[in-house]
Amino acid sequence: MSGNHHATESDVFSETNVAACYQCGKCSAGCPMAEHMDLLPNQLVRLVQMGRIDRAMRAESLWKCVSCVTCSTRCPKSVDCAGVLDVLRQLAFERGAVPDARRRTLLFQKAFLDNVRRNGRVCELELIGVFKTMAFASDWNVLKLMEDATLAPKLMQRRKFHFVGERVKDRGIVKRIFDRCNSMKLDLPSDSENS
Amino acid sequence: MDIGYYPGCALHGSSNDYGSSVQACLAALGARLCELDDWICCGATAAHSLNHMLALALPSRNLAIAEHQGYGEVLAPCPMCSMELLKARDALTSSADMRRKVSEIVELEVQGSTQVFNLIQVLQKIGLEAIQARVVRQLSEFRPACYYGCLLTRPADTVKFDDCEQPSSMETILRSLGAEPVDWNFKTECCGAGMTMADGPTTLELSHKILSNAAAHGANCMVVACPMCHVNLDMKQADIEREYDCRHDLAVYYLSDLVGLALGVDEKTLGIDRHFVVKR
Repeated sequence: MSGNHHATESDVFSETNVAACYQCGKCSAGCPMAEHMDLLPNQLVRLVQMGRIDRAMRAESLWKCVSCVTCSTRCPKSVDCAGVLDVLRQLAFERGAVPDARRRTLLFQKAFLDNVRRNGRVCELELIGVFKTMAFASDWNVLKLMEDATLAPKLMQRRKFHFVGERVKDRGIVKRIFDRCNSMKLDLPSDSENS
Repeated sequence: MDIGYYPGCALHGSSNDYGSSVQACLAALGARLCELDDWICCGATAAHSLNHMLALALPSRNLAIAEHQGYGEVLAPCPMCSMELLKARDALTSSADMRRKVSEIVELEVQGSTQVFNLIQVLQKIGLEAIQARVVRQLSEFRPACYYGCLLTRPADTVKFDDCEQPSSMETILRSLGAEPVDWNFKTECCGAGMTMADGPTTLELSHKILSNAAAHGANCMVVACPMCHVNLDMKQADIEREYDCRHDLAVYYLSDLVGLALGVDEKTLGIDRHFVVKR
């Protein structure tokens, strides 16, 4: 292990105050997606407390979460539960550990960021085109591909449909910001390497 | 009043009706919106889900632009944007080390000194009396369910706005204009936000619950101050009705729509004619 400067768990979860959790369950009680989750927010926090990061980051819940931040808001111990899930999502993404059942959500987030990196702002038509294509290539679901197809003319009628998306003037700086941030991975060793 | 303006991607995209609404409403109140030069996306949900540094850097670039253009105050009508800008601002003001690191990444020196406001806060700044002085018609026929969504009031220690369980800032404004906002249970329950494309069924389910609760409490319309909420409640309302075999028939207005109407601005200028659900 000499010469390695891996982050420790306390580094990557440092801002989330995870040690303070006493498992009252208020986060899970307020979570709008609780009934759809394999592991509940309080269970994910518990796993992190126990150092079982690998297990936590493979939860489907992470991609069922709608980022409403109700959990963090209601926590009586000021644990940033939403922040814990954000870290777990980033870890799962960096390690290619996102469950297949939740690939669609990950594909959307990736397509969104790629779109912003290219254009500086979201170009909706381009984003939808890319996302629908990538999702179809992943799940071969024709129904999902055709979903929202009737929306285009309705949006056009309402002058909400932009054939040509807008791009910022200085796109170089956007790419450089992305590239710098993309090179800053969380760099947490997997559980088996941690003592 | 001159104020910096950060529209964000939604208001320049398919939520350009909200953009029209905000511009028209605030113009009628004598406010001039000065769009930040070459602003970039705030990163939204995708950035904070996949890359923590990016989620700080993208909004910080915009804060830097505001600082360099000399705007001490910026209006961000989309709560996702305003929340991310405020989060970045907190991170920047917390340490010199963070300011240095982020300034290097965004290639502009940034202090995090800009104040960020949502639409409701700007109306509060203008003041109820100033608004009432310009009212030409009362909003008596409107019984709105004021829907705040997630990010106007959460995370509470970041956005520091209103009450995160029982907010009332929109009701206060609308009541003063003659409307009768209803008391209801789903003011801050999530509509599904940015999951519209990635997980459609989830947003339909969450948004259906919101519309149902509003109707059950006697609302004849919804009022929102978020473009994502508007899409999920308005554009997707027909899909919700089909999925759950029901009729909601609830027009969804932006807060600036109703304030604008009270000020005598017409529906077309406000962009109300571009909504999906039409008021009967």
